[in-house]
Amino acid sequence: MNVFNAVLLRDLRVAFRRWSELAHPLIFFVIVVTLFPLALSPTAAQLREVGIGVLWVAALLSSLLALDGLFRSDADDGSLEQLLLSPAPMTIAVLAKVVAHATVTLLPLMCLVPLSALSFNIPLNALPTLAFALVLAAPTLSVLVALGAALTVSLRRGGSIVGLLVLPLTGPLLIFGTRATDLSVNGEPTAAPLLFLAALAALAVSLGPLAIAAAVKVGLE
Amino acid sequence: MTEPALRGRELAVWRGERCLFERLDFEVSPEQLALLVGSNGAGKTTLLRILAGLGLPTEGSVTWRGVAIQELDSDARAEIAYRGHLEALKRDLTVAENLGFHAALWGREPEFDDILEELKLRELAHMRARYLSAGQRRRAALAMLKLSNAKLWLLDEPTTNLDSEGRAVLAEWVRLHLRNGGLAVIATHQPDEFAAPGALMIEL
Amino acid sequence: MKLPRWFHQLGSPPYVYRLAERLAPWLGGLGLLLLAVGSYWGLVIAPPDYQQGDSARIIYIHPQTAYVGMMAYVVMAVAAGIGYVWRMKLAHAVAVSAAPIGAWFTFCALITGALWGRPTWGTYWQWGDPRIMSEALLLFLFLGYLALRGAFDDRDKADRVTAILAVVGVVNVPIIHYSVEWWNSLHQTSTLLAEGGPAMTIDMLIPFLIMFAGFTLTFYWLLLRRLQAEIVEREGNARWLRDWLAGARNE
Repeated sequence: MNVFNAVLLRDLRVAFRRWSELAHPLIFFVIVVTLFPLALSPTAAQLREVGIGVLWVAALLSSLLALDGLFRSDADDGSLEQLLLSPAPMTIAVLAKVVAHATVTLLPLMCLVPLSALSFNIPLNALPTLAFALVLAAPTLSVLVALGAALTVSLRRGGSIVGLLVLPLTGPLLIFGTRATDLSVNGEPTAAPLLFLAALAALAVSLGPLAIAAAVKVGLE
Repeated sequence: MTEPALRGRELAVWRGERCLFERLDFEVSPEQLALLVGSNGAGKTTLLRILAGLGLPTEGSVTWRGVAIQELDSDARAEIAYRGHLEALKRDLTVAENLGFHAALWGREPEFDDILEELKLRELAHMRARYLSAGQRRRAALAMLKLSNAKLWLLDEPTTNLDSEGRAVLAEWVRLHLRNGGLAVIATHQPDEFAAPGALMIEL
Repeated sequence: MKLPRWFHQLGSPPYVYRLAERLAPWLGGLGLLLLAVGSYWGLVIAPPDYQQGDSARIIYIHPQTAYVGMMAYVVMAVAAGIGYVWRMKLAHAVAVSAAPIGAWFTFCALITGALWGRPTWGTYWQWGDPRIMSEALLLFLFLGYLALRGAFDDRDKADRVTAILAVVGVVNVPIIHYSVEWWNSLHQTSTLLAEGGPAMTIDMLIPFLIMFAGFTLTFYWLLLRRLQAEIVEREGNARWLRDWLAGARNE
């Protein structure tokens, strides 16, 4: 079995054996999404206007929740340093970890978003674009979240800082994703922002693992 | 490729204002054992980690086969096995799953029945690591060491938590490893356990 | 990789410290002089904008501070990158010194942007303006860098980890900038900040450029002074430092 598959399989196995923890980000997402209408008391039209933004921000925040599984638990039991010291290329291993994390954390989230969109009166014709934009944004988001986790892996109380580091970097994702959805609500062409999301994804996936592996290496010293 | 040898030159480690050790020079050759001794906090773990490549010395260099530790390629990395205080076992995976993963990382065949047999872990192969005792986890870590089939063993107090049987198996493995041309650096509070002719003593 | 001699000299703390000591007064003097001249010219002599009146005079401050803020981030990222690749402690010292200065300049850019906004839009803060949004995100990137730095006990580790963050951030700066511009183009809100301010005549351009040069030189002056402080902190008890301070005390 090659390294990528081995790491992917292991991470997925570990995640599913603690499957109750997988639900936390999803529950968080639902709570945040519920809090907004409570806070805004919006009309149906207002809901539609704020809905897209609210959903994206809630999704971003929720994705920050399940960070520990990425590197911290491996660092704590010594598997991370063994991974680093093994003949396996670290960037491949990191990529596999990111994919595992995305599958386990982001994928369910991405399924919830279009469902919640209905509750915000977002028209059905916009949902495919919304879903597509989310799929395109997911790799970049995964990489950024993993980078945050890697940069803070050696910190005792790393949790609170990760948000500070990761969220500003997700600005462009937010901009292109929400505006793509907006455009499709109005029936306008959405190619530009979607292409940008795809370009960001390509950039993130190709260069991200390098930065993440470097951060892990420094963190373990 | 040059001779397999671990060389430390002018190694020094400073933690802030405190000097752990300096001007440390040594060389370990095939079939040779280096024993790292010193009181708690002397720097044994730090030195071993530096030898493994998990940290940089304040001064000096470490080379394996003449190449700096930080610059080893994948094939050279496959020759060095480091076992520290942490066992690197995922608690939610079984012993067999952990070993299978380790084998995949190291490009080895996932065949470890004999190893488990020697360590008396055969019956526990399908038990999740969280249910093992400290001694059993340490044995599982030793299984991973054997599975790596490495040339250089870097072991940090490997006898921790092991009962007399376990210690005997480990000592025998070290002897066998050295006889087959391997090298080992072992940090230990019981150097007599591994005493071998021609062993190098590094005192911190 | 064979590097020129001056590159290695730049890795020596005493050399850089002395160089900074010689250069800093010039940079500071010239920078502050230019700022004084430019301020007087821009705020007093130059004509008020026919559309915005006197409030447009902010153009002699706002774009410059914003630009210096961005330049500071690039300086920080390049220095951190050099420190990471070539293991030069001094390069890391430069990055650490640049960060708070860059953050303050960016903060000033936001404040002056708000001051400009008040008479122009009627509000201090216009969420719709692309410049303000990308400057705000830049400020967050600085704050994140400083926060991460502060979280590590071991200075070497802090240097190397934040170097990675800085380099990733610098790649993001143009992306963020572009995405915010694009986002703004959808709204078509007329934002004078985005358009670079009112059309400039020659008697507005000169003080504009003077302030530009002034702020840039002042930034480098501040950077060198901070760098000196950083060197002193890192070198601690080093021989050259004690000799230097003893020599300075005798003068």
